[in-house]
Amino acid sequence: VCFIPGGLDCSISFVSHVLGKVCVHGRQKEILSILVPHLNDLTKSDCIWQRICWRLVECVPDRWMEAVVLGFVQRAPGADALSRLLGNLVVKNKKAQFVVTQKVLLLQYGHTTAVLQNLLGYLSLDSLRRALLIKVLQELLETWGSSSAVKHSPPEQQQYISKAILICLSHLKEPEIESCRQELLTSMMEGVKCHLDSNLPQIRRLGMIVAESISSKINTDGPVLKFQYEEDDEARELKSLLVQTPPFCVVPSIPDDDRNGKADAALPLVLESNKKSHAAAPVTPDEESDAELDSDDDLIPYDMSEDKELKTKAPVYIRDCIEVLTGSEDVDKWEATVKALESLVRKNPAATREVSVELAKILLHLEEKTCVEGFVELRQRAQVAVLTTNPIPVIKYLTSQFYSLNYSLRQRMDILDVLVLAAQELSYPKSRGKTKHSGVQKPCIQLLPGSDSSKDWRRIVDERIKSKTRRFATGQSQVELASGPNEFSSVAGHFFFPLIQHFDRPLTTFDLLGEDHFVLGRLVHTLAVLMYLAVNTVAVTAMGKALLEFVWALRFHTDSYVRQGLLSCISSVLLSVPAERLLEDMTEELLETQSWLGDVVEKDPDGDCRRLALQNLLLMENLKKKLKTVPS
Amino acid sequence: MALPPPDPQFVLRGTGAAVHALHFSCGSQEPDVPILFSGSENGFIHIWNLKTHRVDTALDGHGRKSVYCVETMGGKDRLLSQGRDQRICLWDLAEGRTAVTDSVFTENVGFCRCSLLKVAQGRWLMAMAAKALEEVQVLELPSKTSVCTLKPEVGAKLGMPMCLKLWQLNCGSQPLLLAGYEDGSVVLWNLSIGKVLSQLVCHQEPVMSLDFDSEKAKGISGSSEKVLSIWSLNEQQNLQVYKTHKLVNAGISGITIRPDKKILATAGWDHRIRIFGWKKMKPLAVLDYHTATVHCVSFSDHKNPSERLLAAGSKDHRISIWSIYTQT
Repeated sequence: VCFIPGGLDCSISFVSHVLGKVCVHGRQKEILSILVPHLNDLTKSDCIWQRICWRLVECVPDRWMEAVVLGFVQRAPGADALSRLLGNLVVKNKKAQFVVTQKVLLLQYGHTTAVLQNLLGYLSLDSLRRALLIKVLQELLETWGSSSAVKHSPPEQQQYISKAILICLSHLKEPEIESCRQELLTSMMEGVKCHLDSNLPQIRRLGMIVAESISSKINTDGPVLKFQYEEDDEARELKSLLVQTPPFCVVPSIPDDDRNGKADAALPLVLESNKKSHAAAPVTPDEESDAELDSDDDLIPYDMSEDKELKTKAPVYIRDCIEVLTGSEDVDKWEATVKALESLVRKNPAATREVSVELAKILLHLEEKTCVEGFVELRQRAQVAVLTTNPIPVIKYLTSQFYSLNYSLRQRMDILDVLVLAAQELSYPKSRGKTKHSGVQKPCIQLLPGSDSSKDWRRIVDERIKSKTRRFATGQSQVELASGPNEFSSVAGHFFFPLIQHFDRPLTTFDLLGEDHFVLGRLVHTLAVLMYLAVNTVAVTAMGKALLEFVWALRFHTDSYVRQGLLSCISSVLLSVPAERLLEDMTEELLETQSWLGDVVEKDPDGDCRRLALQNLLLMENLKKKLKTVPS
Repeated sequence: MALPPPDPQFVLRGTGAAVHALHFSCGSQEPDVPILFSGSENGFIHIWNLKTHRVDTALDGHGRKSVYCVETMGGKDRLLSQGRDQRICLWDLAEGRTAVTDSVFTENVGFCRCSLLKVAQGRWLMAMAAKALEEVQVLELPSKTSVCTLKPEVGAKLGMPMCLKLWQLNCGSQPLLLAGYEDGSVVLWNLSIGKVLSQLVCHQEPVMSLDFDSEKAKGISGSSEKVLSIWSLNEQQNLQVYKTHKLVNAGISGITIRPDKKILATAGWDHRIRIFGWKKMKPLAVLDYHTATVHCVSFSDHKNPSERLLAAGSKDHRISIWSIYTQT
């Protein structure tokens, strides 16, 4: 595509038409990959070429404008290049404005960070366009802060919007921030609230990072908002967007300087440390000679460095432990007791049985008095030990407390965690025989204080699904496993049914179906695990039926974490309840569930939910096949 | 670079109960074997043969009540033991006999160990806690006649006597008694007139144990706190605090100074035995072997300095024997 340079008036609307038509037919890549670099070079220094370029894009008809603009935005090597190529197109052309400010940012989310950088940088480079930048920021913040958007839009889109916000913030200048400071503050507060409310840790973190960035921009002096979250590559990448690197930074010479600088820094350190050791050495001979002069005879002391303070011993009796934990002011003793409690409980089952409910109560309410390492884990292990020693009364107590007034969410979730761990311990075969099953994997529920345990449970269910589908082709191995009675069998129902009973009855401080949907999510996951562990128990069929009804009641819950839990419940039911029982006793529930699963696979916004639903459908298929192959 | 502390030379096992009292008898010539007497909480007195490291004989004379003091009276054939059955027993162990020849009914239910002092050939003085709460009674043995009863004055509020030490500057001079009381004070008594010569408050807590070096007129006491108190006796027979030594862990159950007055050993509630130089209270070693409170420490009376031993008895039923600082 050559143009006649110098002074000739030429109409390029024909070219614009061609360009537009080609782009809209999907050939943006081919044509723009040649055109854009050319134009970029040509417009770098030549004003006339710039104007020609602007004319070119301005003349593209509206119906093709989107494709062209999008293509330019994606292809341009930088914001300033884009600025040269498009000029003030966004101001002049309504369609282009719509595409740039609304469509790319709010309606689509598949573009890369570089595209966002280009686009927003482009908006910031000209005073006419800066008004648009501010408008864009406001709209982005509105979306970011809307609770329905946070709940219903996919995490990828939320990340995209967060990135856009951060880039906008990086382009804002002081006077502009001043003018919209109040607005920024209000939107930040609203947005942070919706984000922290979410059950998914990724969303929470996005909210935290964006809020921190906004706060640092509007409060340049004085305290800024600071959150605690996991710093990983994603977080670092997001934070790096806040700072705009100047387009032409001197890169080559720096590495050399750095290396020299580092070497220089290393040498003084070595010298210093040498000096220090020399300084230290003369001191001790002096002390020793003093000591020898002092001592009257030739009695040489032995090394007494091991002579340290004796640690307080923990009490040896369970009842003493109870006393220390409830009343004692002696923090050393308290600490020693907390550390020793689990092993004491396990060594003295008879004594523990007498005081099990009391001990469970104390442990549930136990707060960290001193900074004990691993306090949460110690307390949880002690609770699990108490529960396994005397299951039924303690379970009754804990499940009743789960639905009582005046407990914090943390405590309710503690109850759930303890129930799961204890159930796992009870259901695990006590005599460990050597097994040659390669497919059998011990389900390991990790003790994590966060809501990350949901990921592990999913993983366990996935592994089990995999092992199950592999196994029915290979058949049973010949090794006889050493076996013991299943302790979980007698108490499985006690674990399960009280938890499922009152979920729809709201209390003043605890409303599972309302605000406390995070706990509901954890409850659902807990029920899934309990169901899974109930394989081979007597109550499994009744549990399965109750669980399917529970799932049916909650299937349209808006929280994706809860839905993931519900889908895990279905997996557990399908895996634990024997196939014959499933088909005989629960046919209607199964059919209804199957249709719901089909719905979820197609329409659920959350990727994990769709995947789980698909796996469940596969399980159901396998079940049907298995029953068909078994000769009746 | 200081050496790590030595291990016990050997450990005597087999008492079956916490060891509360120890006493060596190693001064006799060959073919007599060196012997260690130990008193345990189960009422037995074990006679340990230090060559074979085994129990030669077990004496049962206190009705299975804890024995908390054992002393020899001039040789290994005559033994004195004190137990929680409120009795002090005198034993005749010559030629393999195990007979109780005499006993004193103290009517005292405390834990205060009695103190023996030889004043003349065949005559001994013994100080022990009496029936009344704050009193100390001094008897002459073997006649069992009462020499004096030491009563603190009314309102002194000393509490029970916790530990006693009879001493005399040299043979023939006045015997004196040092007593440590429940209120933390050490009192010097004149036996002939039965009066207090000097009183010194050394500790905030009861004095658990004390020992005295008559040559240097210096003594040391330990209590249930973290401080050892060293005090001296001046010409006017007045006690003064000389210095204090702070310990790492609280609680001392026994202190003993070696007969050559060079070192002393303390038995601690923190399971450790500490060795100090007596001259300047220089910490020399911390012997960490036992797994429970060490109740008593005792030095042996070997004639040959290189054979000298230290024994420690603990609540963990073991007696550890150490050979430490034997070259001096």
